[in-house]
Amino acid sequence: MSGLDLLWGWPVAGGLLIGAAAALYLIVAGRVMGVSGLLARAAGLDAESRDGRTRAVRLPAALFLVGLLGGAWLASSVFRAPVIELTASWPLLLAGGLLVGYGTRLGAGCTSGHGVCGMARLSKRSLVATAVFMGSAALTVFVMRHVVGGPA
Amino acid sequence: MSARLPAAAALASGLLFGAGLVVSDMVNPARVLAFLDVAGAWDASLALVMGAALLPSSLAYAWRRRRERPLGDAQFHLPDDRRGVDRRLLAGALLFGVGWGLVGLCPGPAITALLTLQWPALLFVAAMLTGMAAHRALHAPRA
Repeated sequence: MSGLDLLWGWPVAGGLLIGAAAALYLIVAGRVMGVSGLLARAAGLDAESRDGRTRAVRLPAALFLVGLLGGAWLASSVFRAPVIELTASWPLLLAGGLLVGYGTRLGAGCTSGHGVCGMARLSKRSLVATAVFMGSAALTVFVMRHVVGGPA
Repeated sequence: MSARLPAAAALASGLLFGAGLVVSDMVNPARVLAFLDVAGAWDASLALVMGAALLPSSLAYAWRRRRERPLGDAQFHLPDDRRGVDRRLLAGALLFGVGWGLVGLCPGPAITALLTLQWPALLFVAAMLTGMAAHRALHAPRA
């Protein structure tokens, strides 16, 4: 794999931006910035958007996604054009997507909600969830790369 | 209380988050997999990103403890901390991790990858939404 060298300044700067995003959403909207939850809400796939408060609940979530795409596009133009090396085969993309979608709903969060926000809140549920998904992800990569040896 | 302030915050928060994913290179699945591959050529980036992200986030959540309500709403809408660890949380986190490890995409970078307009990103996001729909169909809240 090539081109992965990155000075420590970029990850730290990017991390601070991500943390600032979580801080802003808490301070103004009073909510956890969790991408899986916001995506489900924007798509009308969560419990809250069933309750008839649909529009008021879905609009901010949709705006977050618009911002996410816009911010990524802007940063790609201004700072660094990312290389997206997505090499998984189509059955893995399909299985991975299904597991990520189902799993983040069942577990009520992903890397942003449990990781960036939940750990900052010192939520026991989020600390446990983060440890579990980091562990199962690392184990999956280990099996795919060093046991099966296929392209992961 | 106007709903405009939370909506504006959502947009601004999305902008910062998307920029952060690109700047930190967390949009690249190969880099995320290199972090998760502890037995391979390990890449510490994700740990640095997570650590740096926790600084402003922790400060904001510490501030929240002294506040009755956020700036743009009548109350906070945060998860109930009295809720303990249960089987759903564990099973969900486990399954999410397996999917993440198979491809190298979690939800934020997956959406960002749509900017490439390439079929692998589209397929992954479509499958992710299908997984979310399956969860709602199977665990529909009893009205």
